[in-house]
Amino acid sequence: MGFMDRDIVSIRDFSREDLERIFEVARRMERGGYDRGLLRGKRASLLFYEPSTRTRLSFQAAAQSLGADTVWFAGVEGTSVMKGETLKDTIETVANYADAIVIRHPYDGAARWAADITSRRVARGEKKVPVINGGDGRNEHPTQTMLDLYTIAQSQGRIDGLTIAMVGDLKYGRTVHSLAYALGMYGCRIRLVAPDQLQMPPHVLSYLNSRGVECTLHTSIEEIIGEVDILYMTRIQRERFPDENEYNRVRGLYRVTRKTLQPAKPTMRVMHPLPRVDEISVDVDDDSRSYYFKQAGNGVPIRAALLAMVLGGIS
Amino acid sequence: MNVHTEGAKKGMIVSPIENGTVIDHLPPGRAVRIAQMLGLTEGAVVIIGQNLKSTKYGRKDLIKVENRFLTDEECSRIALFAPNATVNIIRNSELVEKRKVSIPDVVEGIAVCSNANCITNKEPVPTRMLTVCRSPVTIACHYCGYEVRAEDLRFRG
Ligand SMILES: [Zn+2]
Repeated sequence: MGFMDRDIVSIRDFSREDLERIFEVARRMERGGYDRGLLRGKRASLLFYEPSTRTRLSFQAAAQSLGADTVWFAGVEGTSVMKGETLKDTIETVANYADAIVIRHPYDGAARWAADITSRRVARGEKKVPVINGGDGRNEHPTQTMLDLYTIAQSQGRIDGLTIAMVGDLKYGRTVHSLAYALGMYGCRIRLVAPDQLQMPPHVLSYLNSRGVECTLHTSIEEIIGEVDILYMTRIQRERFPDENEYNRVRGLYRVTRKTLQPAKPTMRVMHPLPRVDEISVDVDDDSRSYYFKQAGNGVPIRAALLAMVLGGIS
Repeated sequence: MNVHTEGAKKGMIVSPIENGTVIDHLPPGRAVRIAQMLGLTEGAVVIIGQNLKSTKYGRKDLIKVENRFLTDEECSRIALFAPNATVNIIRNSELVEKRKVSIPDVVEGIAVCSNANCITNKEPVPTRMLTVCRSPVTIACHYCGYEVRAEDLRFRG
């Protein structure tokens, strides 16, 4: 499928070939620099119903580095949303003066709904305005998954054949669910490290199983640190635990320090979708195996590649 | 041809109807929910048979509704709860049509997504449910992806 006017709503809408194509464009931009004339005269509208510093800034940086201008709001304070405007009315309005819409919304499925609305405009003779999901509730955040895969490939030179550990809150974390689904398209080994009550949900496990992914469950980082190529950390939230003591115990178990990394391969890389609280201690930042800030920076080439592709700057 | 449904043969537990629809071979305990889902409980004469003996399935439920003829769309909705159901259309006491139901690919507008945080439960968005697995019948929300088994699907009303 071509990318012109395509919505970026769910990682599951993308084949491995699609992803490789996106990564290739992102790589070219990262190495060769951004062409400021590529999207000149185009406008991206960033509708952030929830504040998200990194996602919004990297979309904005991506658009501007290709010469597109941006109009945006972050947080609904002072907007028509506060007056009760529906998402449909906002999208119908904004679609008149935007070439692409990036949306972050607290409700699950909001991005798909927005994409359906701009698709219906086509039947009325209007042009399609592609919608990019910047995170819809607890559901999906596909550009995060794309930049995660891009980062894995960048740091290891490949994705196939790697051993990848995901650590922390695997039950509620949308980031790790989407990443697991995407890794199902590659031939890797997955190590899932979590307390029993926060282990990966059965539907994700059965999906991985059906794709023939070798996947094992663990309760401590020590069990797997020596063999993994990627250690993907996530935040464990206080509200997942009924009592403070249990939370503190678990939090301590899933905390990476320089000492934790001693048995790890020199080529191993630590990733984290950020923001972190204390699951990675600050002294790891200076270890050559830390990669989470580079990962966050990869948001720009990935989002620039997507904008260029859906707006037709690059076929 | 005279109409003899299984229920009617066995001692007239459920009396025959002149004009209307007989929905047969429903899994035991499902008839009331199906009648509600189809909106049959409003106004029409409805006879519900529960836990009737069935030669094919041991026990079954059955619904008879007078002067109402189900559309194809309604029949496919029945399939979500009762994949083996048969729908008999009766006119002037004659069986004029016997249909097997088939599971729909899409159910639009009438179901409710079970995910409380779904956009369809927060704003005026018509629901759209997709059949993602046929055995067991599993339905996913087009918007948020939330999956439920068909028998747990809820409907508006
Ligand atoms: Zn939903």
